Amino acid sequence: MTVFFFKRLGLAFLVALFVSVLSFFMLRAAGDPAIAMAGEGATAADIEFIREQFGFNRPLLMQYLSWLGNALTGDFGESSYFAKPVSQLISERLPITLGLGVSALIFSILLAVPLGMLAAVNPNSLIDRIALSVSVLGQAMPNFWFALMLIVIFSVWYPVLPASGNAEWRHFVMPTIVLGYYATPAIMRLTRSGMLEVLNADYIRTAHAKGIPASRVLIKHAMRNAILPVVSIASVQFGYMLGGSIIIESIFALHGIGQLAWESISRADLPTVQAIVLILSLIYVGLNFVADLVNAWLDPRIRIA
Amino acid sequence: MNATSNMPSAPDFTRDLEIVAPLTPRQIFLRRARRHRGFLFGAGVILVIAALALLAPLLAPHDPYAQNLISRLQPPVWMDRGAWDHPLGTDQLGRDYLSRLFYGAQFSLLIGFTAMVISGFIGTSLGVVAGYFGGRVDLIITFLITARLSMPIVLIALAVAALLGSSLTIVILILGLLLWDRFAVVARSKTMQLRDADYLMSAKALGMPRWRIILTEILPNIMDAVIVVATLEMAHAILLEAALSFLGLGVQPPLPSWGLMIAEGKDFLLFEPWLIMIPGAALLLLVLAINLLGDGLRDISSPEARS
Repeated sequence: MTVFFFKRLGLAFLVALFVSVLSFFMLRAAGDPAIAMAGEGATAADIEFIREQFGFNRPLLMQYLSWLGNALTGDFGESSYFAKPVSQLISERLPITLGLGVSALIFSILLAVPLGMLAAVNPNSLIDRIALSVSVLGQAMPNFWFALMLIVIFSVWYPVLPASGNAEWRHFVMPTIVLGYYATPAIMRLTRSGMLEVLNADYIRTAHAKGIPASRVLIKHAMRNAILPVVSIASVQFGYMLGGSIIIESIFALHGIGQLAWESISRADLPTVQAIVLILSLIYVGLNFVADLVNAWLDPRIRIA
Repeated sequence: MNATSNMPSAPDFTRDLEIVAPLTPRQIFLRRARRHRGFLFGAGVILVIAALALLAPLLAPHDPYAQNLISRLQPPVWMDRGAWDHPLGTDQLGRDYLSRLFYGAQFSLLIGFTAMVISGFIGTSLGVVAGYFGGRVDLIITFLITARLSMPIVLIALAVAALLGSSLTIVILILGLLLWDRFAVVARSKTMQLRDADYLMSAKALGMPRWRIILTEILPNIMDAVIVVATLEMAHAILLEAALSFLGLGVQPPLPSWGLMIAEGKDFLLFEPWLIMIPGAALLLLVLAINLLGDGLRDISSPEARS
């Protein structure tokens, strides 16, 4: 287990480093940051000044190394639009996005796991069909459109929920549903197929043969094993949701990191964009690392591979 | 085929037929396809939408760019004030909504298809190389896949589109360069399964060069799986294009992308919600159809993989 731990840790570290290089150079290659930051109507002198101030005139590799060095100490530079340290902006906004992500994940698990299990216990039944439609629809629905439709229904036609803002819990209901539904198909399919596989196993038949009540077999014997892959997909989906929240937050005007990303992208605020890309990637890498560990802990067979 | 046809679980006369006269793979495919409802629905809807997109210049009742400020925001024909001259109404600039919807289908299909071809090429190449050569090559490519999966694609696509300035080509390139991961994963694992197959051994023994083994022996055998991924990734690309256009960083006005139409209709959400419902429903239908086609293809080409 210790070897496994350090192997995975090393891999996670390498991936994080590589992603930081990639995203840094990709954003730099996409255009001259000084021109983008200066905006329309800037003179050559303005652009030169910005280049000087943000150090864009140094070699790219030097810029990357100093950016990474500072980032490791939690210093992401100054936001060119908000005129505040990027780290401060992010620490102000991150809790909202994490809160939204967690509630969306809970919503999605509460919807997907029971539905997937019921579908597996009664294959080809009505409930299985419903579960399948929920998942097929979830995969095909553009989430920004789903968000707007919820606003039309619950804010315009039946005004029960506020359409924008983040003052109280009611503001989070619709964003949670939209973001959570996005993760539902993957979790549900995995629960269903995992459960189907487990239900065919010998030990389940043995448990039934011993006369253990069916509900107990289902929950104690089957679910425990079927839920295994769900742990790792749930963490992966959480990472996707943080990335996808940029669209949802901009629609519902939630002041999270997604909206911050959106604002800084439209203002060419490069230091902020870079910091957010890096942090979201790091969160994702971290989640994957934890999921790997949890899986290895739950299933000793994985540790050897 | 024969292994399964020896033990029929239910009376199925097509199986008996197969014993009498073995079917060609194409016949088996068509036979299964004709019975698969999801596949038929998906294929049908895609054909209709593709036909509408291709024939838009003939079918559209109006010029999709012609503004008419006198008849702005006319609702669809089934609502009060609706009229048959604009069956789906007009937008905030008085442009015919049905015509814009037809032309918008061109963008969705064009962007989805080209992005899928680019990402399919990148991902399949990487996956086959990783799966065939294994060892260090495989380690490096697996690492690339992991790294790609760790990057928030929506955020990166938006940032790059904003910095480069958005255009049709740029949207296609961004999506094509970002969506190759699933191709690589599937092509890699399928190739690994084939690596020890007898016909690969004999090709190697005959002295066939590696690139020919990959092109003529491996690729045709993993194509089924790659095509299934291709449909799912095309749907994915269409959804992402719509999201980019919705946020103003995809297809630019006055071009009629469905995502952009939803963004433009958003300002009239309070009183004219049909402005967002119609393009959104079209998008949902198209993506649904592509996904069902993909699921159907998987069921048909390898029924044992169905969960």
